[in-house]
Amino acid sequence: MLKYLTRRFITLIIIVFVISVGSFYLIHLLPGNPETVILGIGATPLARAQLAAQLGLNKPIWMQYFIWANHMIHGHFGESFISQTSVSSVILRTLPIDLELIVLSQIIAYAAAIPAAMRAARKPNGWLDRIFSAGSFVLLSIPPFIIIVLLVLLVAIKFNIPHTGPSSYVSFSADWITNLESLALPAFTLAITSFTVYFRTLRSDMIATLQEEYITMARSKGLSRRRIFWRHAFRPSSVALLGASGINIGGLLAGGFVVQYLLAIPGMGYTLIAAINQSDFLLVQGIVFVVSVGVVLINFFFDFIINIVDPRISRE
Amino acid sequence: MSNETAVSQVDKPEKRDPLGPLFWVCVGWATLTILASLLANWLPIESPITQDYTALNQGPTLHHLLGTDDLGRDILARIIFGGRISIGVGFGAMAIGFGIGAPLGMLTAYRRGRLDTIVTSVMYMLLAFPAIIATIAILSFWVPRALPKIIVVIGLASVPLVYRVIRTATLNVAAKDYVVAAKVQGASDRRILLKELLPNIFPIAISFLLIGIATVISLEGALAFLGLSVNPPTPSWGNMINEARTVLSTDPWLVIFPSLALCLFLLCLNFIGDRLRSYFDVTEVKL
Repeated sequence: MLKYLTRRFITLIIIVFVISVGSFYLIHLLPGNPETVILGIGATPLARAQLAAQLGLNKPIWMQYFIWANHMIHGHFGESFISQTSVSSVILRTLPIDLELIVLSQIIAYAAAIPAAMRAARKPNGWLDRIFSAGSFVLLSIPPFIIIVLLVLLVAIKFNIPHTGPSSYVSFSADWITNLESLALPAFTLAITSFTVYFRTLRSDMIATLQEEYITMARSKGLSRRRIFWRHAFRPSSVALLGASGINIGGLLAGGFVVQYLLAIPGMGYTLIAAINQSDFLLVQGIVFVVSVGVVLINFFFDFIINIVDPRISRE
Repeated sequence: MSNETAVSQVDKPEKRDPLGPLFWVCVGWATLTILASLLANWLPIESPITQDYTALNQGPTLHHLLGTDDLGRDILARIIFGGRISIGVGFGAMAIGFGIGAPLGMLTAYRRGRLDTIVTSVMYMLLAFPAIIATIAILSFWVPRALPKIIVVIGLASVPLVYRVIRTATLNVAAKDYVVAAKVQGASDRRILLKELLPNIFPIAISFLLIGIATVISLEGALAFLGLSVNPPTPSWGNMINEARTVLSTDPWLVIFPSLALCLFLLCLNFIGDRLRSYFDVTEVKL
């Protein structure tokens, strides 16, 4: 297990390195002179010199990378030249909103998907299984940005339920009830997308596990179905579910961008899209780097959990 | 005589499930959508950017079957022309993904050895990279945004995924007796790859291709919704929904019709892919 984790950890470091090179190079994808693109044509020579010093623009490109990486390691993500605030403070302010949204959506998704999948696996191709499977298949084909638009149309506009429409976000510290109300639709939207994946994964794994010999053995011992399902079959079947959760994180974040954009929730996604539209490239670069590394770290964490649940994996 | 009947019974393929009427409905709808967007220029519809100020924000009427938007543009025409962008990105990106990922996956799975180890570990490393975030990042910096760039970025992002599916499928087939027999007979590598392996991974490839196209179209929709795809006034399903979100409370049909077009098309592609997979009795590729 230790050997496996060490190997995974080395891969993790390589990936973070690749991400850092990629995020660094983004600035150089911009057409023309970076100083002009970032600051605009009317910038003063002083501001241009400051930016050049901050990014090390007059040095060779590999030197620029090390200057940038050194800043990043020390948490200096640079100054946004549009809003005159430091990029790290913007990220620290907006990140909790994204995290809250994701945690809420995952609680809903697990609470719905696990019982539904266990129930559906009890009788494969029974009427309940058919309804759930068909429903999750249809939901799988509806992109999150359409789900949220339709939910807003129905709940916020048609039924006129307060605090669910666009621009109704209130921070958790100000009023937590209104905060939860304003995050209800976005969290539910992300939960639907996750639910379809989790349900399908756990259902098919449960059905496969229930055909194993040790389950027949447990049945013949006369154990109750509840005990067989939750004590014997659930744990080995949950490995793929955890794997799917890890892979799902990237999609969840992107889905979070979409719901924040529609409802003007000032999280990291909303800030990112606003920064792209205002050509605030240093802020975009900072957010992209933080989000990418975050996703990879979460994936690593899920790998670790999977190993605890099923130690056989690291022995292969 | 009795021997012959025994042989023919063994050779007879198992009876397969019929594909079912719903499958053909989906094939029909998907074909109709693709044909409409291909032939958009020759269809008797208005131009998607012609503005008719005598008919602003109309609901569905006989003249404008699906209504008009705030600039008096015909929604049906915009949906049909918008399909070109979405479908074009879907097919284009998957062409790149399969063009690179599929031959590479087949080759490494057949040859094995050091090349396989290196390519596979690089691809699995790339899979850990959040592709959606990378796509958004690259498209936001690589200005001005244009359709070919979007296709290339999404296409390249899909390569590791295609590679993994095709490699796993090829590995399963390459271990089969008839491949080993062909090798023993002295068949060339090219012959084994093209005549033995390719036809047998084809069903998996097709079903994954369809589901991949659906995924890419959904991704392009999200990008367009965020304003990171083609620029207005060129319509795409995603940017039509984006433009209509500000008038959601007054003109809901502006959102509903393009959403419906997109969802129905995705549902059809996913359903066709799923049915084909179970029809060819391909077990799901395990992660």
